[in-house]
Amino acid sequence: MVREAEPSLNEKQFVLRALKDGLRTDGRRPYDFRSIQISFLSEYGHVQIQLGRTRVTRVSAKVTAEVVRPRPDKPTEGLLLFNTEISPMASPAFEIGRPSEEEVLISRTIEKALRRSRAVDTEGLCIVAGEKVWSIRVDLHFFDHEGNLVDCASIAAITALLHFRRPDVTVIGEEVTIHPMDQRNPVPLSVHHIPICVSFSFFADGELLVVDPSIIEEQIREGDMTIAMNIHKEICALSKAGGIPLEMDQIIRCSKIATTKTAEITELIQKALADDKAQRQSK
Amino acid sequence: MTSDLKVVLPGDLISVNNESDESSMNVDDDVPLVRLGPGLTQVQEDIVSMKAGVLKHQDPGNKWWLESNQRRYVAATGESVIGIVVARLAEYYRVDIGGAQAAILPVLAFEGATKKNKPNLVPGTLVYARISLANKDMEPELQCFNPSSGKADGYGELKGGFVIRCSLGLCRRLLNPETPILRFLGEHFPFETAVGMNGRIWVNSENPQYTILLANAVKNSEYLSEAQCKAMVESLIDKL
Repeated sequence: MVREAEPSLNEKQFVLRALKDGLRTDGRRPYDFRSIQISFLSEYGHVQIQLGRTRVTRVSAKVTAEVVRPRPDKPTEGLLLFNTEISPMASPAFEIGRPSEEEVLISRTIEKALRRSRAVDTEGLCIVAGEKVWSIRVDLHFFDHEGNLVDCASIAAITALLHFRRPDVTVIGEEVTIHPMDQRNPVPLSVHHIPICVSFSFFADGELLVVDPSIIEEQIREGDMTIAMNIHKEICALSKAGGIPLEMDQIIRCSKIATTKTAEITELIQKALADDKAQRQSK
Repeated sequence: MTSDLKVVLPGDLISVNNESDESSMNVDDDVPLVRLGPGLTQVQEDIVSMKAGVLKHQDPGNKWWLESNQRRYVAATGESVIGIVVARLAEYYRVDIGGAQAAILPVLAFEGATKKNKPNLVPGTLVYARISLANKDMEPELQCFNPSSGKADGYGELKGGFVIRCSLGLCRRLLNPETPILRFLGEHFPFETAVGMNGRIWVNSENPQYTILLANAVKNSEYLSEAQCKAMVESLIDKL
């Protein structure tokens, strides 16, 4: 199957009618995010994020680090790579080896939000200038698709980066020693700020908007927009790929919603990280 | 229906003739007819399971089939499904029923349809239909009437309402009158449902608020006990 079957006319009409009354088909209000569950796996930097309860969107992120030679034009900067893998496991509409337009948009948005906003200090990943730097790779796997993969993936990626610990290194002259994890405590990455993506979908010529669209809302929406923002109210990326044109005040309204959502989600991530740290120390 | 549970794994040989049957087989020549349902197949002389599940048997008609929970629908003759019309062709509609292939619904397979008088369904319409033919290597065929009476019997176009998608196991349970969730909901407000065996449930009520409540209550009920279902329905009603 190449394409997900379109929802029926009955469903389209029902979703729009309910939205006019301020109701959504999963019982949420238009500005509600689904519940976010963050679970850490045994290794550092391996995180699974779940949006929703019964039907969920599930993304896992795994961070790995290796020592490589830096790019000749940027000898003092480490590398940060994102790799997205959307398999047919998430939804039969996805195919292996042929990234759909949606998939490309997701990985582009994640890159823009996390790398180009300089969320991770790449200069701090340098070991010996021009010789050795850390290459940090974030693998994103999409397990279940119930709408809004972008937000889920961005939360997964940044949480994994915050959770990750790389082996410590000492440099004496030209000699580089990488200490295994069991000999010396591994060190966290220096993350400057936490960008969070918040997606919106627009209906009825932009009159109606919802936050964190479900899959059916994504299928029938007229336009969409994703704002990546951090807790300092800085917009790190804004993606508006097609769809209906929006009024300026609408974009401002969306960014105000994004501010509150970002604050909530950041708090949630930090609480989850603190809980996990306490749990790991007690072991 | 037999009450004891027999769990089988893929590839298990299934003996459908018990001792008493076999002795009677030797006496008179006519071999008892065995009907195989979903999950079972015949390999030469043997009957083999194709998936893991609980073996079920129904005495009238000597029917055997496997029950298990999955999310991907595999068409089987005689099951009622909810489909979405994808395309209209000269002789038939192409209908998405959530399986590997789209199904075919002939334009004459409606109650009282003739060459001159046939229903007109636009793409996107929801239909409640019965699978009249399901072979492994062919597109399944649908019909919108009951073949024993020739009447519509509730089959046909579904108007309004909303569709929820769930596991096939939940659909099967909802068709069992002992499943409590629909009864609990019915105590609070009137509604209509049509349960398709393909993991789609159509729900409708007089206002969207009730329909949404209905949809969420049914989806949540999958792994809840009777008491938990009742509590969940009460709490959802209280929130209205």
